[in-house]
Amino acid sequence: MTVKKLISVACTAALATLSAGAQAQISGGVVKIGVLTDLSGTYSDLAGSGAVLATKMAVEDFIAKEKPNFKIEVVSADHQNKADIASNKAREWFEREGVDTATELVTTSVALAVMKVAKEKERIALMSGPASTPITNEQCNDVTVHYTYDTYALANGTARAVTKQGGRSWFFLTADYAFGQALEKDAAAVVTANGGKVLGSVRHPFPGSDFSSFLLKAQSSGAQVIGLANAGADTTNAIKQAAEFGITPTQSLAGLLMFITDIHSLGLRTTQGMYLTEGFYWDLNDETRAWSKRFFGVQKKMPTMVQAGQYSSVYHYLSAIKAAGTDDTKKVMTQMKKMPINDFFAKNGTIREDGRMVHDMYLMQVKKPSESKYPWDYYNVRQTIPAAEAFQPLSQSRCPLVKK
Amino acid sequence: MSTASQPTALIKTEVLYSGLFILGLIAPFAIYPTFLMKLFCFALFASAFNLLLGFAGLLSFGHAAFLGTAGYVCGLMVRDVGVTPEIGILAGTVCAGLLGWVFGILAIRRTGIYFAMITLALAQMVYFVVLQIKATGGEDGLQGVPRGHLFGLIDLSDNIAMYYLVYAVFSIGFFIIYRTIHSPFGQILKAIRENEPRAISLGYDVNKFKLMAFVISASLAGLAGATKTLIFQLASLSDVHWHTSGEVVLMTLLGGLGTILGPAVGSATIVTLQNELADKVGSWVTVIMGTIFVVCVLAFRRGIVGEIQALIQRAGIR
Repeated sequence: MTVKKLISVACTAALATLSAGAQAQISGGVVKIGVLTDLSGTYSDLAGSGAVLATKMAVEDFIAKEKPNFKIEVVSADHQNKADIASNKAREWFEREGVDTATELVTTSVALAVMKVAKEKERIALMSGPASTPITNEQCNDVTVHYTYDTYALANGTARAVTKQGGRSWFFLTADYAFGQALEKDAAAVVTANGGKVLGSVRHPFPGSDFSSFLLKAQSSGAQVIGLANAGADTTNAIKQAAEFGITPTQSLAGLLMFITDIHSLGLRTTQGMYLTEGFYWDLNDETRAWSKRFFGVQKKMPTMVQAGQYSSVYHYLSAIKAAGTDDTKKVMTQMKKMPINDFFAKNGTIREDGRMVHDMYLMQVKKPSESKYPWDYYNVRQTIPAAEAFQPLSQSRCPLVKK
Repeated sequence: MSTASQPTALIKTEVLYSGLFILGLIAPFAIYPTFLMKLFCFALFASAFNLLLGFAGLLSFGHAAFLGTAGYVCGLMVRDVGVTPEIGILAGTVCAGLLGWVFGILAIRRTGIYFAMITLALAQMVYFVVLQIKATGGEDGLQGVPRGHLFGLIDLSDNIAMYYLVYAVFSIGFFIIYRTIHSPFGQILKAIRENEPRAISLGYDVNKFKLMAFVISASLAGLAGATKTLIFQLASLSDVHWHTSGEVVLMTLLGGLGTILGPAVGSATIVTLQNELADKVGSWVTVIMGTIFVVCVLAFRRGIVGEIQALIQRAGIR
């Protein structure tokens, strides 16, 4: 009898201490955020160390404002744009170091690899950097949030807006691989749907450096708009060469996948008048300016949409943990999808069942050099594309998680 | 002198190899297994490359094609056809071997820089095909390959089980290379490397031997590639990119060209650096690797293992 009593007392005591220790059920007592990004390659400018900084800022702000009862740690690594390095690192983080979420993940092959590992280990993948739509379509899963943008939002936003504003005839300069072809197909469909006409397209090898013959073809097509269905160095090279051939003043270029860093490196002289879609611009309003100037103070560069989105996604993730009182993957994901996102980056942003975060996008036109009044004053905001129009509608989704 | 020292040297090597083998058996309990598995894959890849460069004197600049092709074939077989992992690995290896045979027939007609350029050109063609066709997933790579059950029995999603499979694959591959080098066939390869006209004058069909060596090397590179796909559950474009062909040259030179353990040591060094430095120095990884390579080429011409061997030999003479 006494022994039994003792045991029950001991059990109660043990339970009490357990529940006290696990007040906010956080695995390992600490929320660990891993930033897996490109710190050395092509994308280090648009994500890279700026994304790490944005993450740290989000954590600092969250601690200062929300005073959470759990600890937060940030780790980062360079995936060198290689899927195997990324997958190895993510696995190690999840299995060995108790990392709760892998974030950023620029480069599609990296993103796809890490989201599979995350699913296997039941951890969360927050993607601000990658562009591909398969992340929330064929390959979608319930532990991934695709946060900032995707190729659909960029290509369709630009193509629709440019066509509506009078750019009726199009010619595409397409990188000859699956990604470029998909980009062209999506954009061409939007152009025709909005009453425009596609006069033709030309495919260049990937990666390409000499675009002269392709550009001359585009020039002789007489199209009003030349759509650049390529990315990275291919796009910037094509733009530079288009300026040299004297194409740009008479015909306008539309970049289907471009970032403010591309405009910054090319300069306004070569890019003036171009249309592009962005998810964020530092000079939109007082809120974005305030945050971006803080960012600029450390990084000496204005933030890209990927970096701003990184801040927002991490902050939202931490808020969800606080609200749910746990870092359990399922519960946090449910909470993240339940809460709207309202910060300097997004107004009333929501995460859909396919993992796509939808928010307003902006159609930008690059300023003339004479219009630019101060450093990084690059864009005229031509149109705000409402969230419902900006992203691929759920009815077209190929994600098995979407119930139709 | 030689009659006395030869057996003791043999015993010493045997002790060394069995020691290393046992170390490999217990390693996953101390070091992160996924990392070790990657290391073994690259060690096998570099050893296969070394068989060609170090022992036959043929510098192939297209070995990534074998690594990558086998990886994609294995991935497609396991994921889409649904075969068991060992069949996938076998299929990948055979395809790499066949590809090696095609490459070999074309390339061995030339030597030196021409040989290297032909292999590079052919490898670039493979890269192009992988980038273009639908089955490989283009630049997204082949994703979501299940590890499956070995022989339909052992669940490989367990890291330790997977580790021992990789370790077995590596040991078998390494043993094949070791045997090849120490066989009469290996001796002839060395003879060709040292003096090709003399080997011809001795009556050897040099091209046949070179082709054989090329096919063996390609198959083993494929073995490494197929295994790698299973470990990471993906095959990516970087596996067939010429960077990988360059990296394996770096690994081999760093470890010690023409030594048996050298490539393994070299690849271990590079992979560890890539992995460990990833979260510490960021963009400096490439600079550090470049510096190491330059220092190695300038100061330790024989590579890590080569220098150690030379040291032991010098001590032995004294």
